[in-house]
Order: sequence, then structure tokens, then C-alpha cells
Amino acid sequence: MKTWMLVGSLAVTSLVTSCKKSEDGNNAAKIKEGGDKAKEGPVTVNGSGSTFQKPFQEVAIDSFSKDHPNIKVNYGGGGSGKGRQDFSDQVTDYGCSDAPYKDDVEKKTKGGEFLYVPVLLGAITVSYNVDGVDKLQLSAETIAKIFQREIKKWNDPAIAADNPGVKLPATDITVAHRSDGSGTTEQFTKFLDISTNSTAWHLKSGSTVEWAPDTQGGNGNSGVAQIVKSTPGAIGYVDLPDAKASSLKFAAVKNAAGKYIAPSTESAQAAGDGIEVKDNLTFVSVNAKGDASYPITAPSWCMLYVKQTDKTKGEALKAYFKYMVTDGQKLIPSIDFAPLPKSLQDKAIASIDKIQIQ
Amino acid sequence: MAETPHVDLSGSRDTADRAFNGLVIAAATLVLLILGMIAVTMTQRASSVFGKMGFEFFTSKRWAPPDGQFGGLSFIWGTVYTSAIAIAIAVPVSLSVALFITQIAPRRLKMPLVYVLDLLAVVPSVVFGLWGVLVLAQPIQVVYTHIHNVVGGIPILGSIFGDTPQGRSFMTAGIILAIMITPIITSLAREVIETTPTPEKEAAYALGATRWEMIRGSIIPHSKGGIVGAVMLGLGRAMGETIAAALVIGASVGQISINVFSSGNSMPAVIANEWGEADDMHKSGLIALAVVLFVITIVVNVIASAIVRRSMARSRGART
Repeated sequence: MKTWMLVGSLAVTSLVTSCKKSEDGNNAAKIKEGGDKAKEGPVTVNGSGSTFQKPFQEVAIDSFSKDHPNIKVNYGGGGSGKGRQDFSDQVTDYGCSDAPYKDDVEKKTKGGEFLYVPVLLGAITVSYNVDGVDKLQLSAETIAKIFQREIKKWNDPAIAADNPGVKLPATDITVAHRSDGSGTTEQFTKFLDISTNSTAWHLKSGSTVEWAPDTQGGNGNSGVAQIVKSTPGAIGYVDLPDAKASSLKFAAVKNAAGKYIAPSTESAQAAGDGIEVKDNLTFVSVNAKGDASYPITAPSWCMLYVKQTDKTKGEALKAYFKYMVTDGQKLIPSIDFAPLPKSLQDKAIASIDKIQIQ
Repeated sequence: MAETPHVDLSGSRDTADRAFNGLVIAAATLVLLILGMIAVTMTQRASSVFGKMGFEFFTSKRWAPPDGQFGGLSFIWGTVYTSAIAIAIAVPVSLSVALFITQIAPRRLKMPLVYVLDLLAVVPSVVFGLWGVLVLAQPIQVVYTHIHNVVGGIPILGSIFGDTPQGRSFMTAGIILAIMITPIITSLAREVIETTPTPEKEAAYALGATRWEMIRGSIIPHSKGGIVGAVMLGLGRAMGETIAAALVIGASVGQISINVFSSGNSMPAVIANEWGEADDMHKSGLIALAVVLFVITIVVNVIASAIVRRSMARSRGART
């Protein structure tokens, strides 16, 4: 009996001391207030969501933490849907998503009012694997027909019409798409839906759509890239970094101005110049105006609550968000994404300044 | 006076006994309770889709979450079909290996073989899946095309081994699942076969039987029940396998085809693939699939263990 009591009292004392310690830690953090970087934190902030912009989050966190050693940022990925859900349940401190919330869900976030901060733009390629065809041009109508299995051979007249003078083989087409729900699917189908005025595209737009049974699904951008790479005759939509990593060939796609443009950092950036931004900084970036715009350019946002109740954490989040839309933008071209246009960058900075730290 | 220590002793033993009883009963009930709670919460969360789709959930193959249409038939088909392929491949292999180990292999070879098989059983399924999709899927497409070219003209066989073979297909998933369930079936079958009483085997030899005739006449009739049970346990594993199947099956939605070379999808695979981005109704549909899978695997496992238990009892009876 006595030993038990001893163990019990020991446990209690250690609990008390550990509580005290953490209180001291909090106090220390409170004392270290102010803008000076050396006096920040120590604090950990967590985010999750979009896998599309995960490469950016990784390089941004890495280089941000060099200047801010006391702020630890974790980014969990998991997909845009998870990012929105986690953020709205306040499981995470910030969330990232390739698509805004649906209107009815937006008002239900637990932390109240929040900001959409645009972070980057990225090209979604239409990658293919056809021997002997190194340059391919496709219009939205043709892509729609291919992905709806209305065209089943590479030498179909519709493809030939987009590619005068190119010798196309009679290979069967294998269509590869995402098997997991995905922001990339949503942007790709949105492009087909908008640019064909829903006439040629019947599957609508969404994170999962009703693909024909004789198509194949791959998990993640890399999963689709893997199918395209390993299957002769395959075609699939893959984001530019993954397409390049798997050294896939990709098509030039006809844009709103009628020009065939290949996906690249520059053409995605050009698309950024042609978008119309709403007041809450959301926008549609597919089928953007401009001669040099790549038409399947997808956006990605990070979300942050306006009212930050934890001072240390609030300051850290604000610093990280500021970093993402200023110095962090310089890292973007090296990972094959496109930085925000200057005007949008300024709007993003102004919006981050609205954050109230209490 | 003499009674006092006796009472004390039984008293303290009583408490210990009761505590121990309580503990094991609690542990046992906990298992049932957890199973029950899983069943209840899953059915509850699936109810919105079951309510909306009704029986159509089992008869429609149209799975269109954006339209609120949830027909699970193609996934049920994919699960059943890939498991059937897996069983068709794994059973002959497993039985041959089990017979080899018990009847033919020299003692020196027996132990390492058993060891390697048991090792195969603990390899995580994602390893098999990744191997399947990265190593197997591409070259095997050539093999599939050859098979199709050879038997394509024959009725029935021609449609089973149909055209436009895909590397990621029912067949590839079946092969991967077969590799995964072979160790399970083998080790159970081996144990059942080893219970065959020596006198029965010797009697067969005494009558001038060859080894094959002895296996057919003594071992097979004796261990039939246990082997069937082993196969069904393997079947249960094959049906529930998630990641490996998700990687190699091709993830086509709505595909119901007897062509083993076409891409498809199975219930666990679609749950793993679509859960991350699913909204509430979509999640409910996926949980509904999980409920169906849950019920099927429980039924298969219950039947399997009943068969195994009965045959074990019978062989023990035969021995004494």
C-alpha cells in the first residue's frame, strides 16, 4: 500500500513540475514579444491540404526556417479536401487547397472569418506516350473527346486536324486519370467544361467525375505519370513538375486566343496575367485570356483565420504567410510552378495585414 | 478455531479468482463490443446512401458521386472476380507446396521452406502492391497480349482472356493477391495434412499404392475439410486486401467485365482511393461499401472456421 502511495505522489509531483515548466515556457514566450526575429516563438504551426503545392510548401518551409529558427512549420499534405476539412475543424492552423470552399460550407468554419491567400499557379500537362510523335497539339474539344472515349485511336481525324503534317500511328488510346479525388482533376475538368461551353464535355467538373469504365486510374499525379510512362498509347493529365520528373512528353494546348501553347513556368505565369480576381482573392485561372497563356493553369490557395487568439502562433503564421507571397515567390520557378502576378502579390500582402492578433 | 484460516484462505483466493474472471470476461466481451460498435456506427453512417439508393446499391453499376448516384455493383464484381482469380492460382500452388513439404521434401529442406513461407506471410501488402505496379505491370502486358493472341479465337476463353490487355487489371490484381494468400493456405493445409494418421498412410502403401495414390486415397479424403477451410480463410484475406489491390487493379469505375485483362476496381480499393477528397454523401457511399465488405468477409470467415473446426475434431477423433 505504502509503495503505491509513494508512486502516486511521485507521479503527482512530476505532473505538477511539468505543468510549471510549461507555464514558464509560456511566460518566456510572452516576454519575448516583438518583431525581432531572434525573439520569436518558440512555436510550431501546422498546415495540411493540397498535394499540388506540396513541393512549394517544402522548399518554402525549409528556407523560411533558416531565417526564423524558432518557428517550426509542418505541412501534412493529404489533398485539398482534407486541407479544407482540417482547417474548418481547426485541426490545423492553416489549410491549403486548389479550390475554394463551396458557398454553403464556407460559413461553417469553426474559427469564423478567414482569408484566401493565393500562393502559386501551376500548369497541368496533357502528357502522352506515343512513339514517333514528339510534338502534339490538342484543342479542348479533342481532349474532351479523348477523355470521354469518343476517340479511341491516335490517328483519329480529330487529332489529325489539330496536328497538320504530323504522322500519327493507329495505336489504341489508353486514358489515365486520377483514382483519388483531386484538385487537379477538378481544374482539368473545369478547363474542359468552360472552354467547350459544356458542349463537347459531358462529365461536368469536380474532384471526381464519372470516367468511362475502360479508362485507368492512378493514385496521385505520380500514379498517373507512371501509367502514361509505362503504357504505349497512353494519355493523362499530370502536373508539370511530375510530368518533368517522369520525363513525359506533353501536348501544346489551344488557348482562349486560339494559339497552341506548351505548358511551362512562363506560359502559366502569362495565364496569371489574364485572370479576373474576385474580392476574396479567389479566381478561375483555366482558359485565361492572353496569346501566351497556357489554358490549363491551376491556382492554389492557403487559408488563414482573421482572428488569431494565440499571440505567438498568430505572429508566426503571419510571418510565414508574408514570406510565402514575397520572398517565397522567388523559389517557385525552380520547382516548375509559376509565381503570382505582381498585382495579385500586392493584394495578397494587403490581405494578410488584415489579420488580427489578440 | 480450525475453520478460521480456511475461511481466510478461500476468501483471498475468491477475490483473486473473481478479479481474474472479471478481467478475462471483460477482455472477451470487449472484442465483441468493438465488433458490434463498428457494425452499428458503420451502418448508421452508411444509412443515408442505403436509404437513398435502396436495393439499387447492389444492382446498379453507376457510381457518380457528383450526381449523388452510388451503385456498388462494379466494385462488388471486382472484389469477387479478383478473389476468384487469386484462389484459382493460389490453391493448386499452395496444395502442391504443402504436399511437397509434408510428404516429399527431405527433413533438411523442410525447415527452411516453412521458414521462408512464414516470412512471406508477414511481408506488408504495400510491398507486394508496389512490386506489382512498378515491376510486374508493364512486362506482363506482353504476356497477356500473347495469351490473348493464342486463345482469343476460342469462344468463352476468348472473352475471358479478352482484347486490349492492360498491365493494371483484374488479372494482375489476382496474381498479386494469389502471392499474398499462398503462405496462409499453405501453412494451414500443411498442418491439416500432417494430422493424417500414419497407419492410414502405411495401409495405403501396404496395399501397393504409389505415392500419388496414397495422397489421393489417404491424405486428401482425410484433410478435405481442413483444406477447404484454409482456402476460405485465404479467400477472406484476398477480398479484404486494400492497398495492393488499389495499386494494381487499374481503378476503373463502373467496369463489369469477364475479361481478366481489363482494368477494374474492388470495394477496398475504391474506399482507399476516394476517401481523402470525399464529401459527406460520398463518404456515406464508401462506408456502405465497407459494410457490404464487412458482412461478406465475416460470413466467409465464419464458414471457414466452422469447416476447419469440424475437420480438426474429426481428424482428432480418427487418431485416438
